[in-house]
Amino acid sequence: MIEAKNVKKSFGDKTVLHDISCVMEAGKTNLIIGSSGSGKTVLQKCMVGLLKVDSGQILYNGQDFWAMTDQERKEIRTQIGMLFQGSALFDSKTVEQNVMFPLEMFSKMRYREKVARVNEVLDRVNLKEAHKKFPAEISGGMKKRVALARAIVLNPKYLFCDEPNSGLDPQTSLVIDKLIKEITEEFNITTVVNTHDMNTVMESGDHIVYMYQGYKQWEGSNKDIIYSKDEKLNDFIFASDFLRDAKEMRMIEMQQRKTGE
Amino acid sequence: MLTKKFLEHFGRYLMMLGGMFSKPENWRVYWKEFMHQCNDIGIGSLGIVLIISVFLGAVTTVQTAYQLVSPIIPKPVIAQIVRDSTILELSPTVVCIVLAGVVGSKIASELGNMRVSEQIDALEIMGINTKAYLVMPKIVAALIMLPCLIILSCFLAIGGGYMAGSLSGILSPEQFKQGLLQSFMPFNVYFAIIKAFSFAFIISSISAYFGYNVKGGALEIGKASTTSVVVSCILILFADYGLAAVFL
Repeated sequence: MIEAKNVKKSFGDKTVLHDISCVMEAGKTNLIIGSSGSGKTVLQKCMVGLLKVDSGQILYNGQDFWAMTDQERKEIRTQIGMLFQGSALFDSKTVEQNVMFPLEMFSKMRYREKVARVNEVLDRVNLKEAHKKFPAEISGGMKKRVALARAIVLNPKYLFCDEPNSGLDPQTSLVIDKLIKEITEEFNITTVVNTHDMNTVMESGDHIVYMYQGYKQWEGSNKDIIYSKDEKLNDFIFASDFLRDAKEMRMIEMQQRKTGE
Repeated sequence: MLTKKFLEHFGRYLMMLGGMFSKPENWRVYWKEFMHQCNDIGIGSLGIVLIISVFLGAVTTVQTAYQLVSPIIPKPVIAQIVRDSTILELSPTVVCIVLAGVVGSKIASELGNMRVSEQIDALEIMGINTKAYLVMPKIVAALIMLPCLIILSCFLAIGGGYMAGSLSGILSPEQFKQGLLQSFMPFNVYFAIIKAFSFAFIISSISAYFGYNVKGGALEIGKASTTSVVVSCILILFADYGLAAVFL
């Protein structure tokens, strides 16, 4: 479990996060949603420890991340996997070497065991024929899957994904979403996903935090989001006329079902 | 304003150097990275060092002969001048200025690209000290490989001078050999090595600093690469004068 407690973060005069508090639960796909510039990436970077909070706390299973010693922080970091927006694969390494890198750095496995583990996670993300290819030789969707394989190769307790669907077609996006959700449930990982992809919100949002201009505007699940009366959230989620109409139809349908008509 | 900016950069530079010293997460992976850098910096620069050195020696021989027209001055003096100017100045300084362009820009753009594409963030999230893993091997590799390249460059430049002298008939091979052995001071070689170490540190650490701290996109990587080469060259020239003033 990861908890943000009264987190504030500013860059110069501009305050990006205003007193944010939220809990990211284990075994659930926790989403941070919001429009561009709402502070969701900064909140995630604070959670993962890439940015230091100005005030407030980031708690990993009740332990304050910034109150830990360097060694304790290092240990927590080895339990974190992260999928970056641009995949962040090492250009000079092949797919296999990219996925093997955390194992080489942190595990005491023999080479054969490492290869077996790499094959296992690459199979898990449905990548079987790209082992010897370099990142420049594979598609965007494959890069995301390799990055996901690298993120989970050490069996992390915490998985962070920064806009995992950006630049992907809807079908590949769904594949990535499904993978993240399955892996989260399978290994009981605390997963935090930054997104503004509505498919992700509806399909895998077990727990959603909606950010608006640096404030936490709304919190709930994908089931609650349809019935939410929050105007800002509705404007964000149902941005197009098509989606707004779809929501209204769904509401009417639900009401009819309730009254038995 | 300028002083403040300089102090800010200098402080961050020192912090980067200080941050490199931590226990490696895995010695084997660090060793692999170090060997990779030795190959990139040393073997990768071999071609350019070879070409520059041979021609530097050849040109120095021809130009020295052109200026020493007096019949009183014996021909072997030409070889002596080529030897001393090569060891004291041409090989360490000129070759290092060229290497600031070749090696420095490569280090800056490699780290800059890693920063911009979030590869450095990815390493940090894994719990790896990126300064120790990415910067330290580059600096240590440069400190080992550049002096080797400079020593090689001295031999090649003298060889180039020998060839130019013999082929153009300026002085015979015997006269050249005689000149090479005349009043040779071993300290000059030590001085060249001291210079090579100092310049290697300047080239690798300055370009690593500018690359590591890139903010923005592809344009900024190019800017960082250019800045690192310019700053390295200026610092090499300052250090060149400083070392000469102190040691000679």
